[in-house]
Formats: sequence, structure tokens, C-alpha cells
Amino acid sequence: MRFDHRHLLGIEPLRPDEITTLLDLADQYATYNRGRDKNAQALAGMTQINMFFENSTRTQASFELAGKRLGADVMNMAMQASSIKKGETLIDTALTLNAMHPDLLVVRHPHSGAVDLLAQKVNCAVLNAGDGRHEHPTQALLDALTIRRAKGRLHRLTIAICGDVAHSRVARSNLLLLHKMENRIRLVGPPTLMPAGIDAFGAEVYDDMREGLRDADVVMMLRLQKERMDGGFIPSEREYYHRYGLDAEKLSHAKPDAIVMHPGPMNRGVEIDGTIADDINRSVIQDQVEMGVAVRMAAMDLLARNLRARPKTVMV
Amino acid sequence: MTQTLFTNARLIDPEGDTDQIGALLVTDGKITRIILQDGNSGDALAGLDETDVTVIDCAGKCLAPGIVDIGVKVGEPGERHKESFGTAGQAAAAGGVTTMVTRPDTNPPIDTPEQLDFIRRRATDEARVNVRPMAALTKGREGREMTEIGFLMDAGAVAFTDCDHVVTDNKVLSRAMTYARSLGALVIGHPQDPGLSKGAAATSGKFASLRGLPSVSPMAERMGLDRDIALVEMTGVRYHVDQLTTARALPALERAKANGFKVTAGTSMHHLTLNEMDLADYRTFFKVKPPLRSEDDRKAIVEAIRSGLIDVIGSFHTPQDEESKRLPFEEAASGAVGLETMLPVILRLYHAEELSLPCLFRALSFNPAKLLGLDCGRLSEGAPADLVLFDPDKPVVLDRFKLRSKSKNTPFDGARLQGRVLGTWVAGDRVFAEGQA
Repeated sequence: MRFDHRHLLGIEPLRPDEITTLLDLADQYATYNRGRDKNAQALAGMTQINMFFENSTRTQASFELAGKRLGADVMNMAMQASSIKKGETLIDTALTLNAMHPDLLVVRHPHSGAVDLLAQKVNCAVLNAGDGRHEHPTQALLDALTIRRAKGRLHRLTIAICGDVAHSRVARSNLLLLHKMENRIRLVGPPTLMPAGIDAFGAEVYDDMREGLRDADVVMMLRLQKERMDGGFIPSEREYYHRYGLDAEKLSHAKPDAIVMHPGPMNRGVEIDGTIADDINRSVIQDQVEMGVAVRMAAMDLLARNLRARPKTVMV
Repeated sequence: MTQTLFTNARLIDPEGDTDQIGALLVTDGKITRIILQDGNSGDALAGLDETDVTVIDCAGKCLAPGIVDIGVKVGEPGERHKESFGTAGQAAAAGGVTTMVTRPDTNPPIDTPEQLDFIRRRATDEARVNVRPMAALTKGREGREMTEIGFLMDAGAVAFTDCDHVVTDNKVLSRAMTYARSLGALVIGHPQDPGLSKGAAATSGKFASLRGLPSVSPMAERMGLDRDIALVEMTGVRYHVDQLTTARALPALERAKANGFKVTAGTSMHHLTLNEMDLADYRTFFKVKPPLRSEDDRKAIVEAIRSGLIDVIGSFHTPQDEESKRLPFEEAASGAVGLETMLPVILRLYHAEELSLPCLFRALSFNPAKLLGLDCGRLSEGAPADLVLFDPDKPVVLDRFKLRSKSKNTPFDGARLQGRVLGTWVAGDRVFAEGQA
């Protein structure tokens, strides 16, 4: 078992066997989380700081819970209300926090590459909780674990990722991960929401939802990122729902046992019909949330093991 | 009468497209005689009183006309902490640039004769190389009213440009061009469609998509160029493109030239030597405007320099302090310094056998001088002795903290380059000697 990384900045640098290692450990934590006693000590004595430069409820809560269940001291910093408003740069904020000697830093930032930049300036382990439109590795890992548990495998599946791919870091990380694990990936959405040249990464691109869903094992819906759109990508929400919203009729083109996923938060009636989202026979959306905590525990556990294995360096 | 004789030099003559060993005599700041080795050099030196002559043995190294760099940003006025005329002049001399053609995108912009006068005074006091200022085409670079083009020309403006602010109002631009045409003024455009380019930090394609960077289609350049060429056809103005960087814009340029319009084009050292893959680690020193392109585009632009379709290579020297670059890629400032690094960097194309030395100096010295109506840029009798002596083979590992610019934002930090400037002369005066500060 190897997971030789100092940070978890993205799926791109991970090898398939490292992904499997992480998912295996997360599987154990998923079982553990269902038990009554949740007092593991993998992160005992360690400090975890959650820095969210962008609003988040579920990801932040998930990381916080994961840290606490492993015995870490967890601190949340709402960066939007802090010194960033007073003009402090990202690097200065990072150096300030670094001086407090945290062991794990969980960062979300609205700009692509910002978490990589920050990771170069600190000597703790950094976990990317989403940077711009670049990567959201723990989301892709929790999706992978959810798929693996529902389908019994994580290879040779046909997976349709549908909706606003262009603005989605979830789509990029999932594309990278599922491609590494040798699945057939389809990207489905209006061409205005499809990033240029994305077919070069081994995905098939569809602008017809029914064709894209045909015989799919997994239907992964993306949130229509209304706050990121500076307008003009789609004519209206109702036309979007008509053509790309997941309803029973469109889902009928997928395999009968296809599962439905959504990273949340959902816009019911925009990209997904409420009854599909709530259908316990198809929707694994609640499992995704559950696996989220387990995957984040596994990721922090592995990074903490690497931290303990190497001598602590002190930045002067 | 002061005379300097450069002997045993590899003379790079872009005008005659030749590269041969010979000697060159400078008298009172002008080139007065060129003696090629295949002639009998003994005779040629006859008549010289050798006690009066300073002899410089070039030891077979290259002697070329000094570089005329169109589009240099100096931080004066407004951002002197990034670059002053003093430091820019030193960087230029160390890079073999004998004429800096400065940009008006300062703070405030250079849009009145009084401001141009300030530039000329500062340049004369501080810089040891020639400085030729450009002025804004519209007041405040706001694209609403043309500047006093006539007065500005009288004050020494060699060209008119709003730099990266594209004049979007076609009526304003057509009037400014028409007025400029009546005065014979040169207008320089930035042909990047502003609507498509807005917010972009990279060129769209699989690479920008993977990195999640906001990007612009390379088609934005062709669209900008098509519009500008239509306005050139309408007004008859002399028009120069600051930077052409994409393959798809080239046919439009070729047609415009074939149709006899007075259109010329430049490109940047960065687009000739780097491509979009260099953005891999989100290194903000590689953020330039327009953004780095694909390798196919880079190759097409190199070929366009070789064929002469693109006329000019510039450094687009843009000093930025550390604070403007130590930011997430999208937020970081654009631009890179290049005065001092352009020659060794661009020699990569020579070593890769893509371009010859006379061809490079045609784009670095001869064409830009001709475009601006300057007497320099050539190795011929009567031309000013603006010269650069360089060793094209000497290996260098570039250390950004050794650059003479106040700002150190070069994408070539740590790069292994071949080529070093040994000496630079402006009007016969030595302004740089290797190994001396």
C-alpha cells in the first residue's frame, strides 16, 4: 500500500493503485462511521484548519466532521469575513496560518491554481477542497467510492456526466479519476457549457441527452452553476430543464439499474426532477454525502501518516 | 575626429541578408566604411592614421545593428518602482537594444505633448540608449476622442497606440485613422476582439480546460485583425499590428499585404519561444497578453518571421513587481520583462536552425527602424553606429536576480540559453561591456 504524496491537490497526480488504496481505507471508515463509538485517534494531537474562501456548507461540514472523528483539533476560518477583505494577499494569509503550525490545511478558493500556489508556501499538508474550475479531488473520490459500492466495481462502466461541465471542477476531477480507472465516460450538455478540447481527454461528448444516457451505468448530474455564469450560456432555465433536466423519461434511456448521482446542492426542477432525486431505488445522492466523510477521513489519515513519517521541518 | 575600427567581426547585415567576416570603421558616431575579408583589407585601411583609431578585435564574434524594440513599457510616469528610464536603459544596453520605443500605457497615459516632453527629458537624463516614445491614439486610452496627433508628432511621437485597450467604437477609430493618415502617422493596433478576450488568462483548448483557466479562442485575434484591416482599407492609414500570435490570423495579413495596404505586423519573443504548455504549474511569470498559444501557432509564427510576412520581433518588456505576480493565475498581472533577455532567448531559433542571423536581425533591427523612419537598424555607410557585439554560442544559465531591470518577472529564470551580448554601442559610444557593471 502506497500513497506517497505530501498534499492532495488534485486527481491528476494520483496513480490508479493510490486511488484504490485510498478508497479501500475509506471503505473501512464508512463501516466505522456507522458504529456507535467514533473515537479514532489517527489525527490525535494534530491541528486541522479549514480555510474556505468561497461559501460552502456541506464540504466544510464534511471535512470538519472527518477531522473530529479522527481526533484532530479542527478550526474553521470563514475567509470571506476575515483579513482578505482588508486587502491581505492569499500568500500572506497562508504564511500567517503557517506560523501557527497547523498539520492539515483544507482550502477552497474561487480561482483555479490558488490552492497549488498556497501549498508551495506552507509546510503542512494541504487538501484541495475545490479551486475555481480546476479540481475537487475529494468529491471525485467520494463519487468513486459510491459507484464502487453500488456497482461492485470501478472499471468498465459507462458513466454519463451531465450538465454544466465548463464551470465544474467536479466534472474535471471525475473525468480524470474515472478515466484513470478505465471507464467509458460521456459528457452531456449544451455546447455552450462544454469546455474546448475536452474530448481530447478520452471522453465522448454529446449534446443530445437521450443519446448520451443510452445504456449508461451511472448518471452523474452537475449543478447548474448560476453564480458563475456571467450570462448567455443558456436561453432560460425552463428550456434547460426541458432539454437537459433529468426526468424519468430521459433516465429510461440508461440501463434499468443505472444509478443517479448529484454532488449537491441540487436545483430541483432545473437539472433534476425531484422525484428522481428522491427515488431510493435509483438515487445514491445520500450515499454520496455519507461517503464524503469517509473519503475525507481516509485522505487526511494517509496524509497524516506521511507527515508523521517525515521529520518536521521548521520554516525560519 | 574619433574613430573606432571593429576588426575580425562576423558582420550580420540584415539589409543585404549576409553573414560574413570583415571590418567596420566608425567615425564620429557613424559607420563610415565596411571592409569585407574577401577584399584586400590592407588597402581598405590605407589612409587611416592608426594612432587616432581605437581598434576592437571582435575575435570572430557577431557584430549586428543594434536592436530597435517596439513596445517597451517603462514605469515612468506612475510606476517607477517597477522600472525607471535608468534601469530600463541599462537592461536595454545589456541586451543589445540600442533604441527603446516606449509604450504610452503609463499612469497617466502619454496623451499630451507636455507628457511626451517629460518622457524625452527623463529619457535624455537617465537612459544611455536611444528612446523614441509612442503616444496614445485616444485621450486617456479611453477610445472616445483622438489625441493631438499633430502636436504629438512635432514633440517626437513615432507612433500612436492605445496598447491593449482596443478602440471598440469604429467611428472613433476610423476618424483617428483618417486624421493620422493625413499626417502620415503610424497607428499600432492590438487586434484581439475585446468581448471574446474579456477575463481570459489562457488560450482555449484542452490545456486551458484541464487547468480550469478562463480562456479565449485564438479566433479573437483574427476577428480583431479583420476589423482593423477593413478600417485600413477605408482610411488608407499606415497600420502596424503589435503582436500576431496565431496561425489563423496570418492569411488575413497576407491578403492585406498583397492588396497593397500599408500594413505591417510584429510578434513577441515569448510567442516565438514558449507555448501554452508552459502554463502547467500556474506560473504567473508566463502570463502575457495575448496569452501563450499552441505549439502549432508558435511554429506558424516562426515560419512567418522566416518568410517575412511578420516584420518585427519585440520584447514587449512589461515590468511587474513581485506583488502583482504572487497571486492566483487569474488575478495576477500580465507581462514579462525582456529587454535584456530577448537576444539570447531568440537565438534559440537560430540554434534550432529555424532562422538565420540576418533574418533575425531583419526583424529585430532593420524592419522596426524602417517602419518608424529611423536611420539606424542597418550596417551600411552613413548609418549611425548603433551596434551590438555578441557571442551566439556562449552558454548562459539565466538568473533573474541578476537582471538589470528593477522588476525580475522573466519566464526564463533558470533557463539554459546560448548567446551573450559582449558589447553595445550607441552612436559610436560604448554603453555596455560584458563583465562591467
